[in-house]
Amino acid sequence: MTTTIEVVRSGALTTIQDLGRPGLGHLGIPRSGAADRRSLRRANRLVGNSEGAPALETTLAGPALRFSAPATIAITGATVEARLDDRTVAMHAALAVDAGATLRVGTASVGLRTYVAVRGGIEAPLVLGSASSDLLNALGPAPLAPGMILAVGPPHRAPPAAEPQPPPAPAVEPTLRIVLGPREDWFTDAALHALTHDPYVVSPDSDRTGVRLRGPVLARAREDELRSEGMVPGALQVPPSGQPILLLADHPTTGGYPVIAVVASADLPIVGQLRPGQSLRFAIGRAAPP
Amino acid sequence: MNAPPSIRRAGDRAFLVELADNESVHRTAAGIRAAGHPRLAEIVPGHTTLLLVWEARAPAPDAVARMVAGARAPAAPPPEGRPLTLAVRYDGPDLEAVAATLGMSADEVVARHRAGAYRVAFIGFAPGFAYLVGGDPALVVARRSVPRTRVPAGALAIAGPYTAIYPRAAPGGWNLIGSCDAVLFDTARRPPALLEPGARVDLAAP
Repeated sequence: MTTTIEVVRSGALTTIQDLGRPGLGHLGIPRSGAADRRSLRRANRLVGNSEGAPALETTLAGPALRFSAPATIAITGATVEARLDDRTVAMHAALAVDAGATLRVGTASVGLRTYVAVRGGIEAPLVLGSASSDLLNALGPAPLAPGMILAVGPPHRAPPAAEPQPPPAPAVEPTLRIVLGPREDWFTDAALHALTHDPYVVSPDSDRTGVRLRGPVLARAREDELRSEGMVPGALQVPPSGQPILLLADHPTTGGYPVIAVVASADLPIVGQLRPGQSLRFAIGRAAPP
Repeated sequence: MNAPPSIRRAGDRAFLVELADNESVHRTAAGIRAAGHPRLAEIVPGHTTLLLVWEARAPAPDAVARMVAGARAPAAPPPEGRPLTLAVRYDGPDLEAVAATLGMSADEVVARHRAGAYRVAFIGFAPGFAYLVGGDPALVVARRSVPRTRVPAGALAIAGPYTAIYPRAAPGGWNLIGSCDAVLFDTARRPPALLEPGARVDLAAP
C-alpha cells in the first residue's frame, strides 16, 4: 500500500522541489528547483534517496503533516523546532515516523527554508522532467494546501546514510563572495566601492524569483538601455532604482537590467536562506572562506 | 575577418558572449550545440548575446574563446529551416491608437505588420514568449505608459522593435494589435515552445 501524507497545516508557503529543469533556459523556462540545493541534497542522502528526489521546501513557518504508514524522514536547512506528535526531533538525522504520527515543523529561527525529505521521495507528476513548483510561471505542482494528500514513492536505493557532521551554523551577517560582471562597466566607481564596503538588508518583498535588497544605491555610469540578455542564479541585477535584486531559483531567463556581479556558486545555498530584515555583505573573490 | 567577440564572466559557472548581431547569436548557438560540449548546461540567446552556463565551474576564458571561435567558423551549420506560418487576426484593442501614433491608417499598420519576415531573436519574460524581429521599421512604438494588469493569452503585441504573441495571460505593457489561436507553449509537447530561438515566422490571415 502506498504511504500517503495528509497536509494538516500548509505553513506560510510549502512547495515540492527537486533539482529543477536544467537546459531549457533558451525557451524561457527557468531552472527552478530547491532554493538551497545543498540542503535538499543532504536531506535526500540522509533518507537514502537519490540527491535530487522531490522533497518539501518550507518558507519561514513550516507545515503539519500526518503520515498514513511508517516512514523515514530527514529535516535540513533553516533551523526549526520540529515535533513528531509530542516529541521534539533532531534535524540532520534520519527519523523513523510511526503510522498515524503527525510531524509539525515550526518557524525557522535561523535561515528561511527548511527541507523535509521522505524515504522514497514525494510523488508528483513531472512537468518538463521535474516535480518542482516554479511559482513565477505556475509550472509544476501547486503549493501545499490543507487537506491535500501527498503520495510517497517506493524506496529505490541504499539504506539511509549517516552524514559526517551537521553543516556549520550560518552567519548572522553573511559575506557572499561575488565575481564582478558581466556589466560592471555600466556602473560608477562609487557603486563598485559601495557594493563591497556597505551592508545590504533583505527586503520583505523577496521570493523565489529574487531577493530584493535595500542599501546604497548603485549608480550607473551610462544611461542607455541594455538589450535583454541571459541571466544566471545569483546575478545582482540592478533596476533603475539602483537597489539590486539577487536572482533566485525561479528568475526569468533573460532580463534588460545590467548585472553588476554574480554570487559565487558555492555561496548560492546561503542566498536561498536569506531572511527578510537580515543584513549581508559582498566581497570580491572566489577563494574558500577562512 | 570579424573582430573576436567580447567574452564576459557571468559568475564562476557562466560566460556572456557579445556578438555583432542577432544572426551571429543563432549561428554561434547552433555551432556550439552541434559540437556537443558535455558539461555545458544552458545556451541562452539574448538579442546580441549568448549566455553559456556550465553544470560546474566554467572553463578558462581562452578555452571559451576558442569554443566560440570554432562555432563561428563558416563551416558551422546555418540554423535555417522553413518559416512557420501563424494565422493572426488584427483585432487588438490598441490597433487604432498605434495607427494614430504612427500617423497611418489602421489598414496600413496591418498591411505593413503582416508583410514582415520575422525571426525569433530570443525568448524571455515567460516560457515560450518569443521576441520576434524583422518587422517593418516604421512600426516601432513605445510601450504603453500604463501596463495592463492582464494581457490575454494569444494577444499579438508590439513594443520597440519587437513583435510577440503572449503564450498565456500575463501582465504587460505592450501594444495589443491582434490575436492568434496557436498554442505557443505546451508542457506536454517536445519542445514545449512552438517558436524556438532563430526560428523564422510569417504571419498570415486566418
